[in-house]
Amino acid sequence: MERMLMKGNEALAESAIRAGCKCFFGYPITPQTEISAYMAKRMPKVGGVFLQAESEIAAINMVYGCASSGIRCMTSSSSPGISLKGEGVSYIAGSDLPAVIVNVMRGGPGLGGIQPSQSDYWQATRALGHGDFQIIVYAPSSVQEMADYMGKAFDMADKFRMPALILADGLLGQMMEPVVFEDKEIKMSDASEKPWATNGHGNKRPHNIVNSLYLQADELEQYNVERFKRYEKVKEELPELESYLCDDAEIVVAAYGSVARIAKAAVEQARAEGIKAGLARPITLYPYPEKELKTACKTAKKVLVTEMSMGQMVDDVRLALECRLPVEFFGRTGGVVPKPSEILAKIKEMKGAE
Amino acid sequence: MPDFNKPHALTDVPLHYCPGCTHGIVHRLVAEVIDEMEIEGDTIGICPVGCSVMAYDYFNCDMIEAAHGRAPAVATGVKRANPDKFVFTYQGDGDLAAIGTAETVHAATRGENITVIFINNTTYGMTGGQMAPTTLPGQVTQTTPYGRNTDIEGFPVKVCEILSQVSGVALAERVTVTDPANIRKAKAAIRKGFEFQKNKQGFSLIEVLSTCPTNWGKSPVESLEWLKENMIPYFPLGVYKEGAIR
Amino acid sequence: MSKMIVEFDTCKGCGLCTTACPKKIVEIQHEKLNKKGYYTAVCIDNDACIACTMCAMMCPECAIIIRGGEK
Repeated sequence: MERMLMKGNEALAESAIRAGCKCFFGYPITPQTEISAYMAKRMPKVGGVFLQAESEIAAINMVYGCASSGIRCMTSSSSPGISLKGEGVSYIAGSDLPAVIVNVMRGGPGLGGIQPSQSDYWQATRALGHGDFQIIVYAPSSVQEMADYMGKAFDMADKFRMPALILADGLLGQMMEPVVFEDKEIKMSDASEKPWATNGHGNKRPHNIVNSLYLQADELEQYNVERFKRYEKVKEELPELESYLCDDAEIVVAAYGSVARIAKAAVEQARAEGIKAGLARPITLYPYPEKELKTACKTAKKVLVTEMSMGQMVDDVRLALECRLPVEFFGRTGGVVPKPSEILAKIKEMKGAE
Repeated sequence: MPDFNKPHALTDVPLHYCPGCTHGIVHRLVAEVIDEMEIEGDTIGICPVGCSVMAYDYFNCDMIEAAHGRAPAVATGVKRANPDKFVFTYQGDGDLAAIGTAETVHAATRGENITVIFINNTTYGMTGGQMAPTTLPGQVTQTTPYGRNTDIEGFPVKVCEILSQVSGVALAERVTVTDPANIRKAKAAIRKGFEFQKNKQGFSLIEVLSTCPTNWGKSPVESLEWLKENMIPYFPLGVYKEGAIR
Repeated sequence: MSKMIVEFDTCKGCGLCTTACPKKIVEIQHEKLNKKGYYTAVCIDNDACIACTMCAMMCPECAIIIRGGEK
């Protein structure tokens, strides 16, 4: 086991390499640039490829090409850059290719700011591009999880032949924490287990085609229906939620990513003050851990959703709970990080209103 | 004289192109080069949005369909992961010289070892004949109904001339397919591009002046004449840059 | 045996082959439509054909194959 002190962005990059990610295609944007810088240093040493593209659009299309040839590859960006990648993500999903994308979120809309934010939740879980598709979305909450879920994202992307997104934020990307990596020989991926890959047929098989164009409406419908059947399996297998002190909780706070850590402190303070509070932290944002959230809220009278946005995941909480519990929201946005005391105040206000 | 057969690198799928469209000729030339170099099993072709978007059905090598303008980036992704494979893109003028200008120029500046087949027919064929970046001054299209006015719509993009100034380019050559003599030259240029790629000597682009009889409103034979009289004077044929960069 | 063989249903009757023939013996026939609805190219004088392959080179459809040239 190797224990290192690393920034979240670096841990994520190192973990990708250890997962066999052979090619990284990036473009500078704050606050994710350390990923590119780390890859630029490390990739040539391990037989991988680092390439700084001319734009985020080019980078995601390089991922599309590389993934087509059956090689593990990724790109990373921050909010405005992720918007540019939407077209490519849609093509990757439409062509049933595995690839990993990282969004280290910053405030928006527009150019927004460079401080941490969670205001791309809707984009990540609803519409990272045009058309009928979903992508797997992981929301790590520590530097260790940045590393752990990076590897998992590659495995699940391969398993279900769909893009996977690590949805982090500037706070997680920039903070340093100890992180443990398993001892494992670094082995770059190849296309040996991807019979669909367009890497040259070698005169041994018919030609492969990577494509998302279907001009016949019923054919396109059939492909989309098949893809959504696969999503049903994803929904069975992947949902993850961490629940903390929820067994007897009257007020459950739902939060993901770095905000979940702040909410955890608020929950602990609430407990210290005699309020039965708990924390439900979704780790997968797609598929949303609906059952797990319901279980976490089984003794709850009220649910508080906290986010670094004007309220986006709150929709999914209401949907998951089928509006059977009152759901309130507290958030800071624009790059402002909520304080534990602010969340605690909201918990107390909700408790007091009972 | 040898027999003349369809190359193996083309499938038996009937082409969807309009009668007299020269796409079919250029497809065949690329396929003949692949056959002659015996690289079908090691070749990956990329066809982005445009009339040739369905070329994945026509070539027998592995094929990728790409977003509009992005083929050189997609090709870069394939090539960087598989440096010993042959990668070509097949792009039209709107794709390569308008929406995909950045991807084209930067793949060229990086000296990516890929071969770009660039079809210049001065029009957006697939969408019904709108002004392209290569539409000639005065040329009537659906979106320049009074003729391309350079005061309003600007001037045609001369791709080979631009790329001749780019350090990563090993080959920038403009050819046409109006007659057997030019078809032979076009094929030789495509072969050269693939040879540069084989030796990892830099980016190669072969611009093929082509016809679009349907959207030009001319017969296929008249279109060949129109190309010779109007396009070649504006886009002179020839080698604009040639030489290994590495 | 004919040297210029036109795949009847593949030909789109565009006429490009007619411009390339040095012997001027390739024409578009106007008697029978193929299944796509085109009148197709034909060689009107097999004996005069020198199997130079120029018609085939001009054909965008790969509809022309050439056989029986000089060995």
